[in-house]
Amino acid sequence: MATEIRMPALSPAMEEGRLSRWFVAEGDAVEPGDVIAEIETDKATLEFEAVAAGRLDRILVPEGGDPVKVDTPIALLVPANDATRPAATAAESAAPAPAPVTRPRPRGARAAAIPEPGWPAGAHLSPLIVREALRDALTEEMRRDESVFVIGEEVGMAEGPYRVTQGLLDAFGAARVIDTPVTEAAFAGIGVGAAFAGQRPVVEFMNLSFALQAMDQIVNSAAFTHYMSGGEIACPIVFRGPNGAAGRVGAQHAMCFAAWFAHIPGLRVVYPYAASDAKGLLKAAIRDPNPVIFLENERLYGKSFEVPALDDHVVAFGRARIWRSGGDVTLASYGPAMAATLEAAEALADDGIEAEVIDLRTLRPLDVDTVAQSVTRTHRLVTVEEGWPQGGIGAHLAAEVTRAAFDWLDAPVASVTGADVPMPYAETLERAALPCAEDVIAAVRQVRYR
Amino acid sequence: MAARDGTDRAPEAASDDDVALYRDMLLIRRFEEKAGQLYGMGLIAGFCHLYIGQEAVVTGIEAAARPGDQRITSYRGHGHMLAAGMDPAALMAELLGRETGVSRGRGGSMHMFGREAGFWGGHGIVGAQVPIGAGVALAQKQQGRHAVTFVYFGDAAADQGQVAETYRMAEMLRLPVLFVIENNSFAAGVAGAAARSSLLDRARAYGLPVQSVDGMDVRAVREAARDAVLHARAGKGPVALEARTYRYRGHSMADPAKYRTRDEAARVRAARDPIDGLRRVLLEAGLATEDDLRRIDREVKDVVSAAADAARAAPEPAAETLHAHVVAEG
Repeated sequence: MATEIRMPALSPAMEEGRLSRWFVAEGDAVEPGDVIAEIETDKATLEFEAVAAGRLDRILVPEGGDPVKVDTPIALLVPANDATRPAATAAESAAPAPAPVTRPRPRGARAAAIPEPGWPAGAHLSPLIVREALRDALTEEMRRDESVFVIGEEVGMAEGPYRVTQGLLDAFGAARVIDTPVTEAAFAGIGVGAAFAGQRPVVEFMNLSFALQAMDQIVNSAAFTHYMSGGEIACPIVFRGPNGAAGRVGAQHAMCFAAWFAHIPGLRVVYPYAASDAKGLLKAAIRDPNPVIFLENERLYGKSFEVPALDDHVVAFGRARIWRSGGDVTLASYGPAMAATLEAAEALADDGIEAEVIDLRTLRPLDVDTVAQSVTRTHRLVTVEEGWPQGGIGAHLAAEVTRAAFDWLDAPVASVTGADVPMPYAETLERAALPCAEDVIAAVRQVRYR
Repeated sequence: MAARDGTDRAPEAASDDDVALYRDMLLIRRFEEKAGQLYGMGLIAGFCHLYIGQEAVVTGIEAAARPGDQRITSYRGHGHMLAAGMDPAALMAELLGRETGVSRGRGGSMHMFGREAGFWGGHGIVGAQVPIGAGVALAQKQQGRHAVTFVYFGDAAADQGQVAETYRMAEMLRLPVLFVIENNSFAAGVAGAAARSSLLDRARAYGLPVQSVDGMDVRAVREAARDAVLHARAGKGPVALEARTYRYRGHSMADPAKYRTRDEAARVRAARDPIDGLRRVLLEAGLATEDDLRRIDREVKDVVSAAADAARAAPEPAAETLHAHVVAEG
């Protein structure tokens, strides 16, 4: 009897993979541990080993085709002594190439539902995933300004732990794309010193959790020096990298730093959701004369969005983006929590409840006005974020909006947040720790009293 | 460049330049004595770390500098700013928290900067200036300048992890840095804890050429610095130079210095004081007379008194300007 070999999940956030090469042919015997295929993900190219002994009966996904979803059967394995049917020839068995994988459009992202796209009307739009939008922003800014350089672990030869810096080493050379040893405090501090002296460094942390090693340089040196020097020394630097939950990586690689950094005067804090904002805000961050914390998320890197084809798409700090308009409730969110927020808005619309969805995009400076204005129309506010509740962005926004629009509010502001626990590993627990659309819908019902 | 001890060399003949060294060291000494007095009067507050006793280190190193060279140090930085040519009046005004201070009263003793003088702080976190200094050197290299960056830190800061990380990065990137370890024999509150590895062993382990010099002899420091600067400026990468010196005062004004006796400090002062030492050299070589030196002393005192008077008369920052300079515009 044949067993299916399926497309493996080779990293926490992997959704699909491309079979770049088969090392075995139909009819070959395989042993556990034999490398049978090479699989290319959006992060890396990895070898795939057989887990059981047998004979490869059929290859269902030929090499070199389109990516297929994780868990899709890619080959059939039969016991080594199974002679019930002869090995098919490759020509006969070449399974039809799977239908091209279309990524689902982000729910709620229909062009018609976006009142403020944030770019000139009539701009040509084309789909782009977030990691490529970030890469394009880096490439464009490095071309534009030779003082811009990239420094961090695996940014050069390896082209980025998440491939955000793909192609940069080839394009700009090792003097501007600097691979570092595992020395977060030193390379963050070196970035700060270079920024003082007129360069524009982009410091990549492989994970924002590792920035804790460099927190002294980010806060005491980068954030405070302009003030401490009475305006004499500016620090135009970007600290960027994946932030928050990725998927089954446990507490030490999954923390959201949005509220932490937004607490610090002297820093700018950005957390884009869509690819167009990832690109436009990163370009703005590199040009800003202040230190900018630029937060990304591993689950968003592979997500596709419409991006305007403009020569220079820059998104200014301090302006929220309205994703859909509605008069019944305001949903204010940012970063990866936008996905659950938009999903909830869609479901609410099916029930006749029209939510206005706002992506805050920058958390310092924070666009309280756009949210307060919205509340004067909807009279109800729910904040949605993946970070923790105490001292969170939602808590701060609730206080600010309550102060600014108290007379318009018909219910206390509700906040949907990540659970107040270090991120657990088990799938059930992790799912319970992150806000989902149902949580948002429940909060909307709470502020509507029905 | 092999490890060696600058004190082993035959003494260099004294020259007219040495009179300038005398004046530079004396300016630091008198400025710091004045700061100590004003602190005692309550005009300077917070943490104030004096450089008295260590003057030969920065003076000797800076004598090897060229225009365009850069420098950075810790919270014990008044001497470094004076040696880099910054205005004593602007420094004193900052110590008093005045709007005319070099940081407009926002920084205080530990947080002063001077872009034009190539002085990048003034850092209150022990060891933090070390990677920042390497970054300043990286910027010089990227901008195609042939500048050397002097990164000053103490023996206690050398224990910080980011110092080791910076040795690694600076060596890897062949940065034009001179790491100057000011071994003043005392960390805050304790006498130098005996370590199995010397300060220079650690730098050497990362592939840096190292050198140790008597930090109480300004001419020896200058000579050692010239060698090290040549190496760094030639693009051969960073160098570590240990200057063995002695801090006369407490770690900060708040340190009772229980880790040594008054006698010990007095003995060092009598035998090894860097200013008295150079004074003897100048007189013996006939480069200056007692009168010349008295005149220099008077001039320096006048500069320091004028700085203190101007600072006391200067306005404090207006409370309405509290939020100015948090972010850079443009």
